[in-house]
Amino acid sequence: MGIVNLRLISANIRNNIIEMLKNSGSGHPGGSLSSVELIVSLYFKHMKFNPNNTKDPDRDYFILSKGHVCPLLYAVLAYLKCFNSEELYTLRKLGSKLQGHPAIDKGLPGIEVSTGSLGYGLSIGAGIAVGIKKLKKNNKIYVLMGDGEQQEGSIWEAVMAAAHFKLDNLCAIIDDNELQIDGLTKDIMNVAPLGDKYKAFGWNVLEINGHNLDNINDAYSLFKITIDKPTVIIAKTIKGKGVSYMENKAEWHGKIPSDELISEALEEIDISKSKIT
Amino acid sequence: MTRIFGMKATRFGFGDGLIELGKTNSKVFVLGADTVNSVGINNFKDMFPDRFLNVGIAEINLLGMASGLAIVGFIPFVSTYGVFVSGRAWEQIRTTVCYSNLNVKIGGSHAGLMVGQDGATHQALEEIAIMRCLPNMKIIVPCDSIETKKAVIASAYIDGPVYIRYGRENTPIITTDNTFFNIGTANILKDGNDVAILTCGTMVYESLMAAEILEKKNIRAKVINIHTIKPIDEKIIIATAKECKAIVTAEEHQIYGGFGSAIAEVLAKNFTVPIEMVGVNDKFGESGDAMDLMKKYELKDKNIVTAVLKVIKRKNSTKHC
Repeated sequence: MGIVNLRLISANIRNNIIEMLKNSGSGHPGGSLSSVELIVSLYFKHMKFNPNNTKDPDRDYFILSKGHVCPLLYAVLAYLKCFNSEELYTLRKLGSKLQGHPAIDKGLPGIEVSTGSLGYGLSIGAGIAVGIKKLKKNNKIYVLMGDGEQQEGSIWEAVMAAAHFKLDNLCAIIDDNELQIDGLTKDIMNVAPLGDKYKAFGWNVLEINGHNLDNINDAYSLFKITIDKPTVIIAKTIKGKGVSYMENKAEWHGKIPSDELISEALEEIDISKSKIT
Repeated sequence: MTRIFGMKATRFGFGDGLIELGKTNSKVFVLGADTVNSVGINNFKDMFPDRFLNVGIAEINLLGMASGLAIVGFIPFVSTYGVFVSGRAWEQIRTTVCYSNLNVKIGGSHAGLMVGQDGATHQALEEIAIMRCLPNMKIIVPCDSIETKKAVIASAYIDGPVYIRYGRENTPIITTDNTFFNIGTANILKDGNDVAILTCGTMVYESLMAAEILEKKNIRAKVINIHTIKPIDEKIIIATAKECKAIVTAEEHQIYGGFGSAIAEVLAKNFTVPIEMVGVNDKFGESGDAMDLMKKYELKDKNIVTAVLKVIKRKNSTKHC
């Protein structure tokens, strides 16, 4: 799929995220918006994924370690017709399959495992990667984390193990938007330099602009031909990307805009879409 | 008389079960965390190296990677010391394994005071409590190495998370290959109707010894091995309470939240009778010889006898009211 189409899809996904959060009245806009291009490129170009059979044994696996940005994942899965897009508006409502954090027990197609407690996804991904290698198969495993999430000690247990076991079928993606709930990541608990840290642990490190679809495409392509090492894509992003009043502001981590600001956001996304050529 | 068929640590029963599974089920995968030789999984490692992983001293990653293996269809068994696997990795067990109902089997070795000289840091005394409160979790506390082997094999053939609690020290073998074993079904080991001693793990043997002492005092105690603590065999517990009208529970674990509490929950809801609980009474352990510790912390047959005499007194006084 070409870059123009991916940009259009990204704009539509941003629109869906805002609409969903408007409806739910709670959730996490900032991080959902910052990861859009990373996940759109994955699902619409790079991942082996069959929306009609989300349990296909030959699929690539996606683990949303930063589970709070599930509105993004739900929007992507609905866009691919894994389920009826009307269901998006049940987000966070009682009885919904679209829980506040991804929940496998609710039966939403495309969810691999329940996540939401930060710092768990990479270990799960590493386990899947070992299993796939033992089965002598070629499925790839992608795990999306946040930069603040790198503060969890459990991440580094997994980072160590993935390199030790040479899990070159595992791709970690860090949405490095430099913000967490309480403020700037560097002020709360500095995780930089992430690239050097992962390199020191023996990973293939790719540092990119996480909104540039060409960069993202190159990074996923490089991951697929890397051998003997797991890959981490450290993607510099803008929290709240696409909605200017949210951009680079920690306060939009888990806050829902007023009706007026929602309209403003949707309008801005609409205008950005019209400029895509 | 209680027959003893030798002495063997339950950790070796755990290992035996895995070997059996390794031969018969290609999906069984074992993960260790640097304690491979001490927790009884080294033979599996040697025989099936392709289905074995040592993740180092990293219990959180141990559970995380096991979860991943379960997602692609393996039946992972993880094992390390009970304190670490149940405690350090508790939230992974809760949120990844149990919430997603993944087919991960957890072996908590070095259970109880009998770990001995290592002292309180390594003596797991709280796992029943902290595993019991998790939805989807099943808990088995086998009484000897043969029952541990059976528990391991049976757990591979039920879907979802299972916690198996086992120990390091040599303990008496009191069951045989032919003894009936079914997850969720308690075994009556000795009949009697004056009192019932409900027990699990290492305390099953102590309870049988206690019953022999009581027999000499003309007290007939029923002894029931409740190896599965979740799902617990409510039917047999209620029937026993109705028949004996006095219950003593015995466990090598903290009293609060443990096996005795599980029994008390069933009885409080269904049929109340006097209960006395033998277990570790809200204390940490310490270094010492295994049997000396069992004596000091009042987990011996004579302590069960004391509890029985007390509960019978309560039973009789209830009758007279």
